[in-house]
Amino acid sequence: MKHLLSIEQLSREEIEGILDRAESFAEVGRRDIKKVPTLRGRTVVSLFYESSTRTSSSFDLAAKRLSADVVSVKAAGSSIEKGESLKDTIATLSAYDPAAIVIRHPYAGAAQMVAGWTAASVVNAGDGKHEHPSQALLDVYTLRRRLGSLEGVRIWIIGDVLHSRVARSNLIAFTRMGAEVTVCGPPTLIPRGIEELGCGVSHSLDGIGEAEVVYTLRMQKERMSESFVPSLREYAARFQIDTRRLNPRQLLMHPGPVNRGVEISGEAVDSPQSLIAEQVSAGLVVRMAILYELLAGGEGVPSGEGEAGKPTPIGTPA
Amino acid sequence: MSLTELLDVRPGESAHLILRRATVLDPVAGIDSVHDVVIRDGEIAALAAPGEADGDGAEVVEAEGLHAFPAFFDPHVHLRTPGQEHKEDMETGTRAAAAGGYCGIIAMANTSPPVSTAADVSALREQARAGASVPVGFLATVSKDMEGRELTEMVELREAGALGFSDDGLPIVDAGLMRRALQYQHLCGGNIALHEEDPALSRDGVMHEGPVSAGLGLAGIPSVSESTMVARDAALAGHESARIHVQHLSAAESVEVVRVAKAAGVRISAEASPHHLCLADEAVRDLDPQRAKMNPPLREERDRQALIEGLRDGTVECIATDHAPHQPEEKDVPFEQAAMGVTGLETAFAALHTELVLPGVIDLALLVERMAGGAEPFDLARPSLAPGSEANVVLCDLGAEWTVGEDGYESRSANSWCAGQTLTGRVLMTVAAGQVAFRLRSFSLGVAA
Repeated sequence: MKHLLSIEQLSREEIEGILDRAESFAEVGRRDIKKVPTLRGRTVVSLFYESSTRTSSSFDLAAKRLSADVVSVKAAGSSIEKGESLKDTIATLSAYDPAAIVIRHPYAGAAQMVAGWTAASVVNAGDGKHEHPSQALLDVYTLRRRLGSLEGVRIWIIGDVLHSRVARSNLIAFTRMGAEVTVCGPPTLIPRGIEELGCGVSHSLDGIGEAEVVYTLRMQKERMSESFVPSLREYAARFQIDTRRLNPRQLLMHPGPVNRGVEISGEAVDSPQSLIAEQVSAGLVVRMAILYELLAGGEGVPSGEGEAGKPTPIGTPA
Repeated sequence: MSLTELLDVRPGESAHLILRRATVLDPVAGIDSVHDVVIRDGEIAALAAPGEADGDGAEVVEAEGLHAFPAFFDPHVHLRTPGQEHKEDMETGTRAAAAGGYCGIIAMANTSPPVSTAADVSALREQARAGASVPVGFLATVSKDMEGRELTEMVELREAGALGFSDDGLPIVDAGLMRRALQYQHLCGGNIALHEEDPALSRDGVMHEGPVSAGLGLAGIPSVSESTMVARDAALAGHESARIHVQHLSAAESVEVVRVAKAAGVRISAEASPHHLCLADEAVRDLDPQRAKMNPPLREERDRQALIEGLRDGTVECIATDHAPHQPEEKDVPFEQAAMGVTGLETAFAALHTELVLPGVIDLALLVERMAGGAEPFDLARPSLAPGSEANVVLCDLGAEWTVGEDGYESRSANSWCAGQTLTGRVLMTVAAGQVAFRLRSFSLGVAA
């Protein structure tokens, strides 16, 4: 695999391969020395055109745990603010000969375009409202650890599906792993035709009892001013996930950052059935596995490189 | 009436040509047989029996196996002049038209600044007389500077030679202003060409709203954004006994509205573009703005089929390219940021021949008829091969395969929706208003007999 641009591009076997690799990195993470030399001497550039805490920090840390040199560029304070085009920015950063570019961009297809402009492997860390493949992989990883398999598992994805790249990538990933997915929210926030992606659609929480996993999405305050919902109060009254609406056997997930009291109650966030903290720690090992897969896992390794470029057994400490 | 009575072109030498043994097809004139086409003094002088026309000093083109059609007419072209000559100008745009087999085009008024005054129209006409390879007609805007608030001086614009009116690029949102323009048409004449879209429904959409946009996470432009405005304006035109031309139909519902309005006696004409006839929104999946980003957007397969049915039954009387040149920096960006629009003049016939005629979806005669159907809605004579007509002829090799963009473009811009595709059918030569406007470089011509 040369790039990770979407979940859509991955087969079930490829997803499982990355997750198996992540499992072995989880073992490394339990050691005193958490660093492996796999990417020593190679450079990973992370380029974020949107604000991010979780994704950018976990990609940076993942690259560092693999011993790569990491360059982080944020749009704010860079020449992007001076009007440099994406194509020119990529040409500039490619001059450092990076092994990988991790990019988050506000527009769909940006990562795919970048892949056409650079020799580096490209990782899509979120492109507009299109895809967020590393999030979907870490969510599948989290569930797989809990449930063993997603085969036949009923998952409800609840909230602002229309504006959510997480919803799209997770819907594809969950169904590809055998789960039965229902998306739920007010009709204004469910994209027309989404059922053709292979999910059920509900406009009420009435049937939520059937779900084994409840996945809530972030509800942005500005959606109210755009008339997608009349008020956050009315939205919360109909669609907020709280401990009353959950039964104790259901697992609760959220990609973060949460708006406590809007899409999810504070009590639910902190409840024992919440996997939110596990999702964050899964993010690190899954992103290590993604970088490993692209840069050391097969056809991604350029030939004729020195020692540093060779895949190293991940059990060997640095 | 000849095209040059209302359109402007660079004056040149009248062609004296014989297209020897050409297969002549003009479905409207009822011609479908092999002839020597004699072109002299700006006219189709004769359709002689094959091999019989007397050379008489004419240049003889050995056209056996080649097809001669009435040259095409495009009522919807963006020449980007004045103001955006880095994308297209009078010379490059009309050369592209000639290379595509067109004997006439109509230039849109959404230039920079827009064509809103008599002086703007006069200046453009003068430029066309200096540098246009094919006759060009100019529309003026309906509203001043396309702001959608006040009417332009429509009578004066017509007197200066504006062929008609359009705010194309933008809809006329205010129904009251639209109604005034239709009322005023009784005074000034000239058709009003309409870009139909309700911005309150299309909002920040970048593609058709449907399962494909749902999968891509792109904001959608629903079909009703177009069809409700077509319905509004058909009702207004009927109410005012006025005349409208609906541009670039894209949605099945809009085709149906036009069909019903025509049946009710409303004076309404409509066009469809080659990209809407050849592609559906599935083409957006690759997120390639060059191929698939335009407004109106590529819609679903059922919409494409409805447009084709509209071509067949005459609801859609003409094919118009909506040739919209853009520079690479406006297309080499993520899909949502990219400029809307694709070029089409140089590829329209070949693309439609390849995608619709060769697979048997429509027959060649229908394509030929619709490619020249854009003249009549703007009070121009339909190009014809009947003897005595002004010579507007395109000579095509229907078996020739070529790859779009391989030899560059006549247009200044390269944002063709079918770049890199191999098409079958190629324009070899175009005669526009009696002059040879184009001949393919690699096409070797016969010598004087």
